[in-house]
Amino acid sequence: MSTNAQTVSSAYPVPVDSRFPARGTRLDPVSVGLEDHGTSIQIPKVGLTNICLSYKTQAGERLLALDHINLQVHPGEFVCIVGPSGCGKSTLLHLIAGLHPQTSGQVLIDGTPVQGPGTDRIMIFQDHGLFPWLTVGENVEFGMKMKGIPKTERLEKMRYYLQLVHLAKFEKSYIHQLSGGMRQRVAIARALATEPDVLLMDEPFAALDAQTRDLLHDELERIWSDTGRTIIFVTHNVREAVRLGDRVVLLTFRPGRVKSEFPVELRRPRSLEDPEVALAARAVLDELRDETNRSLEAEYRNGIKPHVEPGVES
Amino acid sequence: MKRTARYIIFYAALFGLWTLLAELKIWPPYLFPSPGGVAEALYSGFSDHTYWIAIRVSLQRVLIGYGISVVLGMILGLGVASNKFLEETVGGLLVSLQSLPSICWWPLALLWFGLNQNAILFVVIMGSLLSVTLAMEDGRKQMPKIFGQAGRNLGAKGFKLFWYVLLPASLPFIVSGLKQGWAFAWRSLITAEMLYLSLGLGQVLMMGRDLNDMSAVIAVMLLIIAIGYIVDGVVFKGMERHLQNKWGLTPAT
Repeated sequence: MSTNAQTVSSAYPVPVDSRFPARGTRLDPVSVGLEDHGTSIQIPKVGLTNICLSYKTQAGERLLALDHINLQVHPGEFVCIVGPSGCGKSTLLHLIAGLHPQTSGQVLIDGTPVQGPGTDRIMIFQDHGLFPWLTVGENVEFGMKMKGIPKTERLEKMRYYLQLVHLAKFEKSYIHQLSGGMRQRVAIARALATEPDVLLMDEPFAALDAQTRDLLHDELERIWSDTGRTIIFVTHNVREAVRLGDRVVLLTFRPGRVKSEFPVELRRPRSLEDPEVALAARAVLDELRDETNRSLEAEYRNGIKPHVEPGVES
Repeated sequence: MKRTARYIIFYAALFGLWTLLAELKIWPPYLFPSPGGVAEALYSGFSDHTYWIAIRVSLQRVLIGYGISVVLGMILGLGVASNKFLEETVGGLLVSLQSLPSICWWPLALLWFGLNQNAILFVVIMGSLLSVTLAMEDGRKQMPKIFGQAGRNLGAKGFKLFWYVLLPASLPFIVSGLKQGWAFAWRSLITAEMLYLSLGLGQVLMMGRDLNDMSAVIAVMLLIIAIGYIVDGVVFKGMERHLQNKWGLTPAT
């Protein structure tokens, strides 16, 4: 893990005493050191060990996209990954989802290496990836149908999860009839309905207007604390990351490396407008700025968009 | 309403012109049949069941042939779209084969399958397979990648991924290709039937020629057009409308 980890917990940065989890029942990630000597070493829910990814560009040169990423995410933890565009943060999620193989290193779920996609890790995409040929209800049922869960049970669960995202009335609607925010809520319901341990969220709210996004932040926070899922949330918006995450992981610009980690120990529920959130975000932003500058420089130099990520698909 | 009126006026004028030319008797009736003669031919053809049988036989053949084309074409198209090597080799071959009228396969089909229904089916398949394949290939490429990713992510793989995700996701992109494939299949069928005693509409048309009965020839031509048009208008238009409603696409008018 990164050496220059910082802690942002209040108006004045206070070092975290790693022996005492700062709040509640949730384990503070920093405290999961080995100080307890043995009895209850927790296996991380998601463990990334030395993940590297390189690919050939169209010009034929090899490009290193991810460089020895090491990250441990603990059960029930909400981790946000931020970084400038082109740092490979979305690609990292695709690797965890098993949708794309890494060049080297391992993705471990409960200590077991990932072999391809699995319904224990469900991805929520920025443009939601809902199926327009199915109704809202059928979309939510889809993962359960693939698992072979019988129809009656599927219907029951589908209605439960639609209720959870406040869309019970839209069961029979088609996707194009919903607003952007509603679509993301369907995507969340669809993901939750397969009862995954880990939700992988790839800038899910980036295309939404500010009010809708605020609302969805609240809903996501509520759903997360109700269901106890582990969430890895990728965003380029530092405020959003600090508002949602237990921890913010900052990636560098190409190749993507873990630059630093910021535990966020602000009380929940939080709000984007909280001054503490703003302040905590500033510390992250200061570090992010260097990376963003590098990304912009590269953009000007090459005259191409920097976030040319490898074609993640079969 | 205006559109309907225009249709009526146009077809009434066309019909009037036909009647007028036939009445003027510029050409003898066996060269230029009158509307009445054609109507009579239609009536007698239907009442002695010749046309019913011919329609049933032809539809059956085209359904089998086209059905095989669709299944094969989808598999081929998917294969070509997902493999660079196949795309460069087979893909190019398919495009060049498309310039070949399917009836050119007739002599070979006769040798391979003998003078029977299978030879006709082969020509029908060769007529429509390429359109379906190219449409599927194109549809698979145009289809947003995210559907495949989301499907795999939610646990769909292998045949389930194809059936529940890739196929429905690519339908809006392949429906015009499927339609074109149908048109080619229908045309190939009639052509092949004209070359061989076969009970189908094509044979009935040739029978009209052999008896020098141009009214019957035109009657069968009208039937061929009508069936092609009905399938296009009912099956494919319906499918397009259905997709547009679901996907929220604006109908192309």
